[in-house]
Amino acid sequence: MSVDGAAITDVIATDGLTKRFGRVTAVDSVDLRIPEGVRFGLLGPNGSGKTTLVRMLLGLVHPTSGAMEVLGRSMPRHAAWVLPQIGALVESPAAWGHLSGRANLRLLDAAGPGGLGRLRRDRRARVEQALERVGLAGIDRRPVRAYSLGMRQRLGIAAALLRAPRLLLLDEPTNGLDPRGIHEMRALFTELNDAGTTVVLSSHLLSEVEALCTRVGVMDAGRLVLSQDLDALRAPTGRVLLRTPDPATAVAVLDGRVERRSGDVLTVRHDDPAALNAQLVANGVRVSALEAQRRSLEQVMLELTGAGADRVDRGRGTPGAGAPAGEVRR
Amino acid sequence: MIAVELRMMLRRPRVWLCWALLCALPALVAVLLAATRLAPPPGRGGAFLSAVVANGQLFPAAALALVLPVFLPITVAIVAGDAVAGEASAGTLRYLLVRPVGRLRLLAAKLLSVAVFVLLAVLLVTATSYGVGVAAFGFGPDAAVGGAGGIASLSGAVLTPFDLLLRTAITVGYLALCMLALGAVGLFFSTLTDSPPAATLGVLALVVAGAALQPLDAAAAIEPFLPTAHWLAWIDLYRDPILWEDLRAGIEVQAGYVLVAFGAAWANFATKDITS
Repeated sequence: MSVDGAAITDVIATDGLTKRFGRVTAVDSVDLRIPEGVRFGLLGPNGSGKTTLVRMLLGLVHPTSGAMEVLGRSMPRHAAWVLPQIGALVESPAAWGHLSGRANLRLLDAAGPGGLGRLRRDRRARVEQALERVGLAGIDRRPVRAYSLGMRQRLGIAAALLRAPRLLLLDEPTNGLDPRGIHEMRALFTELNDAGTTVVLSSHLLSEVEALCTRVGVMDAGRLVLSQDLDALRAPTGRVLLRTPDPATAVAVLDGRVERRSGDVLTVRHDDPAALNAQLVANGVRVSALEAQRRSLEQVMLELTGAGADRVDRGRGTPGAGAPAGEVRR
Repeated sequence: MIAVELRMMLRRPRVWLCWALLCALPALVAVLLAATRLAPPPGRGGAFLSAVVANGQLFPAAALALVLPVFLPITVAIVAGDAVAGEASAGTLRYLLVRPVGRLRLLAAKLLSVAVFVLLAVLLVTATSYGVGVAAFGFGPDAAVGGAGGIASLSGAVLTPFDLLLRTAITVGYLALCMLALGAVGLFFSTLTDSPPAATLGVLALVVAGAALQPLDAAAAIEPFLPTAHWLAWIDLYRDPILWEDLRAGIEVQAGYVLVAFGAAWANFATKDITS
């Protein structure tokens, strides 16, 4: 899939990466390539190995076999060089509950390389900027233990942004956020990505990935079963959905190309919505709406991942699935 | 990381509570003794307690003897057991490691903060009990006879204030080392589990086991290597002349504990999968 891998450097490249915990194989020979500059969505049911994969990339969990390169250097050997350039949110945010959010960020920043020395002067500014970005600029001295889930999530994202990372690895970054918060974070990630940061986000929420990512990888039972550009994945199916007040006339005009009729919505086998529209209008058929049918991410996921592996999460709402954003004409 | 870790420790309410309790127990004993003047007869009760009523300057030694068997080990077990397991259970461990903080550096910082904790604990107990002791019992009758503040050692000879200060300082250092050995074991246990109470209880189990085996003749072969074996050797510092033999053995065994336990902690933590 990564033909372009030669031209653009991969920020993440794994080779037969495998992790076994006792008898359980959490990650099973994964070959993942993530080119620099993309917004990558790692999808899969809970327990499909996403988190273990992320932990391995961060050097928290050691692979049983296989190799990986992050930002072009092998991990975990070059962790000291690689990790300072990564901002990460692993599984859930965590903070020292007895300290304020600001104190948490300052201590976390001071704990890393540079410590209390070289980078000290800009620490205050860096922390304030990170808080500003996630919408926590006005937090007071309350300890984190008193924070709401959403505030903790924002603080976790702020911690990931502290050192202006080249790569953001975010595991379920919108947990606990309300719709407005989710929208804000999506805008923030897009903005960072425009500025050159590669964003990798793992999630089981299809809508989130569909709205943000340019490329998706799908994991199922420890294996990477797909890694592809979202556009290619959601390519037109060669069918057009037509809504018209004159369905009977339309069926007659289109002569056998109508695959399905349900009320005033017809599914028409046709590659070019524009040509179809012209043909209909020329024959006096009024057109209310017309759009090229695309495979929804949900359909893709259902085809790829094991049946019943995680029904609860997969069933959750995917606004993009029912009405994919195609061209709509009158 | 080391500076951060120390700052973190000093900002934990729990740490201050431990110190406060450690200082409160001897103070309570001093108040009771001063109010009743009912000192235990020599040879019974805590070490030095019978001599304290006569001279408050000996009270730090009595106070250390009071907190040593149970109180001090408990606080050390709590703080050391929490060192890594506490970060793991709070989830902050993974964020520290990806910051990144090297694993060896993290362990070293944790051991150092445990060391600072025990040193400050012993120092605080010594300092507050000196104040409390002098306030409750005065400088003793010897002050008039044998020069300012001269007090009798356990062997009967008179110690000068400088002598006493020196011996107290060595006592503080020695006890801090003993507790650091325990703390290093706690640090090791703390890398084995994600649950701080489990690590703490493990340390206390070790203390209890040591105390149980120590008086057994059948355990004589391993007795010198028990963690609690040389805890009372510092009392020899208050004899004249000082009996160094037991102290020296104690220093060797305790330093050995620090090295072995820290090595074990490192061996376990260096390649551990962080799944917390």
